[in-house]
This record gives sequence, C-alpha cells and structure tokens, in this order.
Amino acid sequence: MDMLYYPGCTLKTSAKNLETSAMAIAEKLGYRLVEMEEWNCCGVVASLTSDDLMHHLAPLRNLIHIEDQKQDKVVVLCDMCYNTLKQTDIRVKESQSDLDTLNDFMDKENDYNNTVNIMHFLEFLRDEVGFATLKKKVKKPLKGLKVMPYYGCMLLRPREVAIDDAEDPKIFSDLIKALGAEVVNNPFNIECCGSYRTIDQKELTSRRAKNISSFALEHDADVIMLSCPLCKYNLDVRGKEAESMYDGYRQLPTLYFTQLIALALGLDAESLGLDLNAVDPNPILKKKGVID
Amino acid sequence: MSTESENDCEHPETSKEIKLAGKLVDEVLELCDENVFGCYQCGTCASGCPFVEEMDLTPDEVIRHIILDKKEVLNSKTIWLCSTCFICAERCPRDINITVLMEALRQIVLRLSIDETEITCLSEEEKKNIPQMAFVSLFRKNIG
Repeated sequence: MDMLYYPGCTLKTSAKNLETSAMAIAEKLGYRLVEMEEWNCCGVVASLTSDDLMHHLAPLRNLIHIEDQKQDKVVVLCDMCYNTLKQTDIRVKESQSDLDTLNDFMDKENDYNNTVNIMHFLEFLRDEVGFATLKKKVKKPLKGLKVMPYYGCMLLRPREVAIDDAEDPKIFSDLIKALGAEVVNNPFNIECCGSYRTIDQKELTSRRAKNISSFALEHDADVIMLSCPLCKYNLDVRGKEAESMYDGYRQLPTLYFTQLIALALGLDAESLGLDLNAVDPNPILKKKGVID
Repeated sequence: MSTESENDCEHPETSKEIKLAGKLVDEVLELCDENVFGCYQCGTCASGCPFVEEMDLTPDEVIRHIILDKKEVLNSKTIWLCSTCFICAERCPRDINITVLMEALRQIVLRLSIDETEITCLSEEEKKNIPQMAFVSLFRKNIG
C-alpha cells in the first residue's frame, strides 16, 4: 500500500539514515513511502505572532501540493516538519480570513481547501499498522537492551499538535516494549534539547544534553531512542562534547526509533547508517546481541 | 551560570538601546492575543523552563515587565534564550501562552532592524554537519 510522504530538507542531508531506515521498515510492513512531488522547506519553526502570515506560506504551499496530488493524508518523519506543517494547517482551519489571504497571495498555486491529514510516522505505526501487529513481525526481539525514550518538544507541544499526552507520553515506551526491549523512564524526556541554540550557544546545548541523558546513564540505559534529527544532533554531538566539560560524564549512544525497529524486524544493520554517530552505538548493540 | 563562552556566537542585542514610543503592553498585544493581566505570578512557567538557570529574567518576571511597562525586558537574555519549546504554555494554569509572548517581544526588537545573533563562531566542519533545520530556525527566530 502506498503512503504519501513529506521528507523535509534534513532527511536528505544529515539525517539520511532516518529516511532510509523508515522506508525499509515501511516496506517490511507492507507499505511504500512515496515521496510527494514539488515539496519545499516546511519553514521549520511556526510563526507565532498574529500578523505574521508570510512565514506560513512555505508550509501551506506543501499542503497545497498534497491536495494537487489528490491525496488527503501525508506521513512526516521529521518532528519539526510535522509540527510546523500541523500548526499552519490548524491556523488556516481556524481562520478563514488568514486562509483567504494566503491563498490570494499564492496566486500561481491552487487554493488550499483544508483537506490534508498530517500524520507523524510514529502515529502511523501506532494507529494504522498497530504496535500489536508490529510486535508479531519482530524477528529479532531486542531482549536485554535498555532503552531510554526521548520525546523532546515537537511531538508533544503545543497541545493542539500533540501525538500523545503532552506531559505523560507513552508512544515510545509502548513501541520499545513491542520490540522486546526494556524501557528506562526518564523525567527529563520531554524537555528541550537546546534546539537551534546548538549554533550560537554550544556549551548551553551540551549542558542540556548532559542534563537529559545523565539520569538514563545513572539508571543503566544502553541507548537513547528518539525521532527528531535536531534532538539527535544535540544529544549525540553536543552530548559528546559535554564529556570534556564534566568529569566522568559519558554520553549514551542515540538511535532513531526507525533504526531500532529495523533491527528488531531483522533488517540488515549495515544499511541503517548506524555509523553516522558521534557516539558509536555498535559496541553496546554487539554486547547486547542486537547486532553480530 | 553564564550563558556565553568563547565558543559562542556574538549576541549584540543586550548592548543596544531600544526605544519604543508607546506602551510595551500595547505593542505586545498588537502582536498576540494573550491575557497578560491574568498572570498571578505562580511561577509554574519558571519552574518548568529548561533554560531558567541561564536566564536573567524568569518567564513570570517577563510578564510582569510587560504589564509594568519596563522596557528593559527587550534587552534581556531571556527572550532570546527561549527556544519556543512550549512547555510553559502547556503548563500555565491561567492558560497564558508565554511562548507566544516571548515571540512578540523578539519581534518588537527584530522589527526595529536589530539582529540578535551574528554567526561568527562556526567551523567549516560544523557548517557542513549541523542540520540545516537548526540554521533556518535560528535565522527565523533571531534575525529580522
């Protein structure tokens, strides 16, 4: 079954392994992620002031092109793309005058008609595939692997776009259990990783990575599971840099949820981009028998 | 704890004098529809903010500054440290979207043609490896 898919810019560059692993597991589950035509940058962050419609043009243009393809649903892998597309979609659903202004401005495009359902790939796995079905397809349970789920912000807030309870999300924990691994809960798992501060305030971002990961380290987690490419960069790269700032600190390896699913489904580890990390996950995955 | 180090980019905004003709609260409410007067200073926003230790004003103090027309809030580090994570907005018992208020304050500064960040601190390797979503976000939030 084909699913229309919006990739976003980062999945074509620094997060190629998120895209390739997602496509591989979709195929294994009987779906095909079909990249939408004529997509552009989502805008990455939502414009929040009441008079700033200009920054809603980029996400809205993507939604128009989904309607142009006669589709009413799109799957998104990147958390920030998901959040931005969804916030714009909600804004124009709630304000016909804003929608009219944006439609009028893009006079070379068709009008947007509010018909697109934007779905994060995690929601797709939970609600359309079902974790129970996924569990049945697991060939190589991640037995003994202790995984800390890290949600970050963009899957959960603002509440209008949340894919789960904003304060007590379960989607990652349920997924980890379906894969046969052990959940290591962490009270910091919905806190911001530092986001774009990684550019202009690196040490602050390293402190964020350390604050988020320390609890998991102290509770013997093996790896961190996450979904956002920017969270991954910050916990992995800035977290690695935190090792030289704090005596005895060791950054845990980070993996995309799609990579862990792929391993549990028995897909070839070589094709999952596990080497694209500052903190190498291979030694702990080998030690735990997840990879050979 | 200091928010800046020799590895960080320049943040010129705190040294610039920002003048507004009207009242700050009026300027803020032009840009958003939040009931700032509903804030009863419980500090829930401050207690949940992951950056509060680095801030010079806590989020509830920012709201107080808006109400009291204390325009020096526009020179604070706080409004730029906010990464729009929405945790304060999610938790506010008075349902005030403080994330949006922070954006309004940033926009007031940016619309005076004052950029907050100068990208001077990145190595060539970092320019290649940092996800571009970080660059677009930073430029959208900190550069007018």
